[in-house]
Amino acid sequence: MHDLMSEKKNIKFPEDALVLVHRIMARYPPGRQKSAILPVLHLAQAEFDGWLSSPVMDYVASLLGIKPIEVYEVASFYSMFNLKPVGKCVIEVCRTGPCWLMGAEDIVTYLEKKLGIKTGETTPDGMFTLKTVECLASCGTAPMMQVGEKYHENLTCEKLDEILGEYRKNTEDHISHWAKDKIKSKEA
Amino acid sequence: MARKLLLENIDVPGINSMEAYRAHGGYAALEKAMRMKPAEIVEEVKKSGLRGRGGAGFPTGMKWSFIANPPGVPHYLICNADESEPGTFKDRFLMQRKPHLLIEGMIISSFALGANTSYIYIRGEMLYVLHILEKAIQEAYDAGYLGKNILGSGFDLDLYVHPGAGAYICGEETGLIESLEGKRGNPRIKPPFPAVKGLWDCPTVVNNVETIAAVVPVISMGGDEYAKIGIGKSTGTKLISACGHINKPGVYEIELGLPVEEFIYSDQYCGGIRGGRKLKAVVAGGSSVPILPSDLILKTPKGEPRLMSYESLSDGGFQSGTMLGSGGFIAMDETTSIVKNLWNFTRFYHHESCGQCSPCREGTGWMEKVLHKILTGHGTIKDIDLLWDIQGKIEGKTICPLGDAAAWPVASAIRHFRAEFEEYVKNPSKIKDVKHYYRLHDMPVI
Amino acid sequence: MPKVTIDGHSIEVPEGTTILQAARMIGGEIVPPAMCYYSSLKGSGGYCRTCIVRVAQGSAKDPRPMPKPVASCRTPVMDGMVVENITSPEVLEARKGVVEFLLINHPLDCPVCDQAGECDLQNLSFAHGTEKTRYEFPRRTFEKKDIGNYIKLHMTRCILCYRCVKVADQITDERVHGVMNRGDVAEISTYIEKAVENDFSGNMIDVCPVGALTDRTYRFKSRVWFLNPMDAHRDCKKCSGKAVLWMHGEEIYRVTARKDQNAEVKEFICNECRYDKKDVKQWVVEGPRHIDRTSVISANHYEDLNSLKHAIGEQQKKLQEKITQKTSGI
Repeated sequence: MHDLMSEKKNIKFPEDALVLVHRIMARYPPGRQKSAILPVLHLAQAEFDGWLSSPVMDYVASLLGIKPIEVYEVASFYSMFNLKPVGKCVIEVCRTGPCWLMGAEDIVTYLEKKLGIKTGETTPDGMFTLKTVECLASCGTAPMMQVGEKYHENLTCEKLDEILGEYRKNTEDHISHWAKDKIKSKEA
Repeated sequence: MARKLLLENIDVPGINSMEAYRAHGGYAALEKAMRMKPAEIVEEVKKSGLRGRGGAGFPTGMKWSFIANPPGVPHYLICNADESEPGTFKDRFLMQRKPHLLIEGMIISSFALGANTSYIYIRGEMLYVLHILEKAIQEAYDAGYLGKNILGSGFDLDLYVHPGAGAYICGEETGLIESLEGKRGNPRIKPPFPAVKGLWDCPTVVNNVETIAAVVPVISMGGDEYAKIGIGKSTGTKLISACGHINKPGVYEIELGLPVEEFIYSDQYCGGIRGGRKLKAVVAGGSSVPILPSDLILKTPKGEPRLMSYESLSDGGFQSGTMLGSGGFIAMDETTSIVKNLWNFTRFYHHESCGQCSPCREGTGWMEKVLHKILTGHGTIKDIDLLWDIQGKIEGKTICPLGDAAAWPVASAIRHFRAEFEEYVKNPSKIKDVKHYYRLHDMPVI
Repeated sequence: MPKVTIDGHSIEVPEGTTILQAARMIGGEIVPPAMCYYSSLKGSGGYCRTCIVRVAQGSAKDPRPMPKPVASCRTPVMDGMVVENITSPEVLEARKGVVEFLLINHPLDCPVCDQAGECDLQNLSFAHGTEKTRYEFPRRTFEKKDIGNYIKLHMTRCILCYRCVKVADQITDERVHGVMNRGDVAEISTYIEKAVENDFSGNMIDVCPVGALTDRTYRFKSRVWFLNPMDAHRDCKKCSGKAVLWMHGEEIYRVTARKDQNAEVKEFICNECRYDKKDVKQWVVEGPRHIDRTSVISANHYEDLNSLKHAIGEQQKKLQEKITQKTSGI
C-alpha cells in the first residue's frame, strides 16, 4: 500500500506534455472533455513506461474530471492499451487474414523462436514484447508488423534478423506508440 | 488508361505538402465551393450519384440531406478514417500520400453540412499518418482554408484529428461516435440515427475518407459530369485495395464497371495470380463480404462478365453474388485452405466483437471454436451444419452490422466450399500444415 | 395517438411508446420477454435481443416491412405499424437462438444459485429454450468476488444486461463498477479491488436478472420458495420505505424492493431498509404479497384472505347490480 502511495505522487506529466493535454482537451466543446480520453491515454502510456497502471489511469481521470471507473472501462476496451508492463520495444505482428495468406504465421513462429518467448510475453531482459494484432491496413505489403510508430512491411525471416538487430542497438525511440520525443518535437 | 480522380498526381514528389498540392490544382474545388450555397453543394453531390465508399454504399447526397436542423444546435461532420476492414488499405494510402485532398474534401463537406467543427477519427495504430494529417491541417490554417472566415465567405471551421486505440467496431458509425465521446466503442441502438442525434446528441454525418475525398472531384467537375463515369448507379471511380496471392498488390483507382477479370489479370492492375497458379476464390470487398469461387467472381450466374460495380458484384444475391463493400480485394490461389482462412476471419470477428449484444458476443466465439475443432481433425458433419445454424442465428439479430460481417464469410464459405469442409471432417489424417499457435484470445485468458 | 397492431391485437398508445411497452399494455402471451430492458432505468435495453420482433409493416405512411427483426424494447411504434411476435415462426426461431447464446456460457448451477426461483433466465429458458445444449467447449468462468459487504459478484452467471451499471449511474451518487474488456470476455468489475458502498447499492441485486449479483446477507440461507413474502413499509427519509419482507416464521431473512408483474422495481429502496431493518417490529406489515400463481414462489402460499374476500364481495355486488338492472327492465 505504501509503495502504491509513493508511486502515485510521482505520476505527473512533465510540463510540455501537460500543455499538449490541455490543447487536446480544448478540441472538444466545454463539458465534453471526456472526449480527450483516448489521446490522453496514449500520451500517458508513452510517458509512463508503455503501459497503464491503475494510478496512471486515476491520474488521467483527475485531469479530465471524470470517475476512475470511466477510464478503466475505456482502457480495457481498446487493444492498444497495455494494462500490464511491457518491454521497451513492443513488436506487433498482424495476424489477420490477408497477412496470414502471405505467411504471417511463419513470421510469428520465427519471432517466437528467435526471441525465446511466446506471443504475449516479454523477453527476460525486458527488451522485447511480442504481440499479435489485427489488420493494420497494410495488406498489400503483407506480411507486416508494427514497432512503435513504424510499419515494417513485406517481411521475411532475413529482414526480421536485421530489424531486431537495429532495435537491440537502439530502443530509445521505440518505447511504444506515441513516443515521448514526439510530444516534445511537436511542442518545439 | 482509366481516369484518375483521387490518385491523380499521387507520385508527384512532395504532393503531401500544401505547395505541391496547390501547384497541381489543389484547393481550386474549395474556392469554387465557397462561392456556392451549401444547398447547391449538396445538390451536386446528389447529382453525382456518389455512394459511401466505406462499405455500405449508401448514396452520400441522400445521407447529407437527412441531417436534422433543430435551431441553435451545432452540426458535426466526422470523417471515418478508422480503416480496419481486413483487406482494405486505401484510406491509409490516400491520407499518407495526399492528405490535402481529404482536408479539402472535409472543408467543402463541412460547409455543405453547416458544421463548424469537424473531426477526422483515425486509427490509433496509424500514428504516423496522424502526424502527416496534423501537419497538413496546420498548413491549411496558415493558408486561410481553415479557421475563421474561410476565403472571406464568413464560414468558420475547425478541423481536428482524433485517434482511436485499437477497435474494429469503431469503424461502425455509432461505435465511432461513442468512441469520440470518450467511451467504449459500443454501437448505439438505432433509431435515432446520427443525422438526428449523433455526436453529443447533435445532428452528425459520418463519412468514409474516400467518400469525402471524392467530393473534391464532384465539385470541380460538377455532379453531372462525375455521374457519367462508371456504370449505372455505380458512378465515379473507386479505390480498390488489392492483396493476397496476386503479382501486383496495391491501391488501384478504377472506373466502376471495370470487368473483374481485367482487374485481376491485366498488368495495369493486379497482374495475375502469383507463380502462374490458378485463382481459387476472391473476397471482393473486405473480409466481411461473402467469398466467391473463381468461376462466380469472374462471371455472373447468367454467364455475363462480372464487373467491379455495386450492382454487378451483388448480382445473384448471396446465393451466387457478393458485395463491393470497402473495395478490399483479397485473392486466394489454389493452394489456399478455405477452412483455415475462414477460421482466421472468424477469430478476427470474435476478437473484435464489442460484447454488447448476446448473439454476436457468444456466437462469434462459438463459431471460432467449432472451426478450430474441424481444423484440428476432430470435426463431424454435424459441426458443419451447426456452423451454418449458428451463423443464421447471428445474422440480422444484432445491434450493429458486425454480426452480419461475422456471419456472411461463414455462410458463403460453406455454401461454395462445403466439399472442402467435409474433406477436413472425413479425412482428418490428411490435414497437413495446420499450425495453431495463436491463443484464442490475447485478452485475459480465462 | 399512434395505433399499433401486435399479433392481431390493436391498441392506441401515446407518442414515443415502444413496441414492448405497447405489448405490455395489451398483455398476455404476446408480450415479448425482456432480459436487459428495465422500464425504470433510462437508456436500458437493446442488448440481450430476446425481445426481438418482426415489423411486418413499418407504418401507415410507409408500409414496407423492416428488413431485420428489431428490439421491441427500443423501437418506438409508428401509426399503423404491424408487429409480429408469437405469430412469426422466424421470430420464435430467432428467440430460441438468443436463449441458446445466453446459455452456452452460463454455468447452469441453478441448484446452488440463490436466484433460482426468481431468475429471469431460468424462466426464459423454460419458455423458449431447448432441453439440450449443442455447445461442447469449456464454459467461460470467472472468480467469485465480494464487491463490498453486501454484494457477491458471480460473474460467470452474468448475461451483461448493463442494468446494474445503469442503477449505479442513475440512482447512486458514485459508480465504482462497470464493464471491463470486450467481446465474450467482457465482465462486470470494479477493476481494482473496491467496495460498492452507497445508500442505494442494494438495488443492483434487485435489478440483476440472473444470479450474478446476490445479497451476501442472504446467501445460502433459504430457497426463495420456502419464504413468505410480505408487503411492508416503514417511514424512511431516504426512500419510499415500501418493501417486501421475505420471512420465515417471525424472522426476516431478507428485504427487497417490490417488483411488478414484469419483475421490475418501480420504487427503489435504500440500504438502510434493505440491510439494517431485519426486525419485523421495525416495519408495518401490510399482508402477504401477491405472487403470480405461475411462479414457483407461490407454491404452498395462501393469498391474502382479506383481499380475496373483498374481491369476491365486489364480484357479488356487480352480479347483484346486473340482476337488479335486468329485473327492473322487465
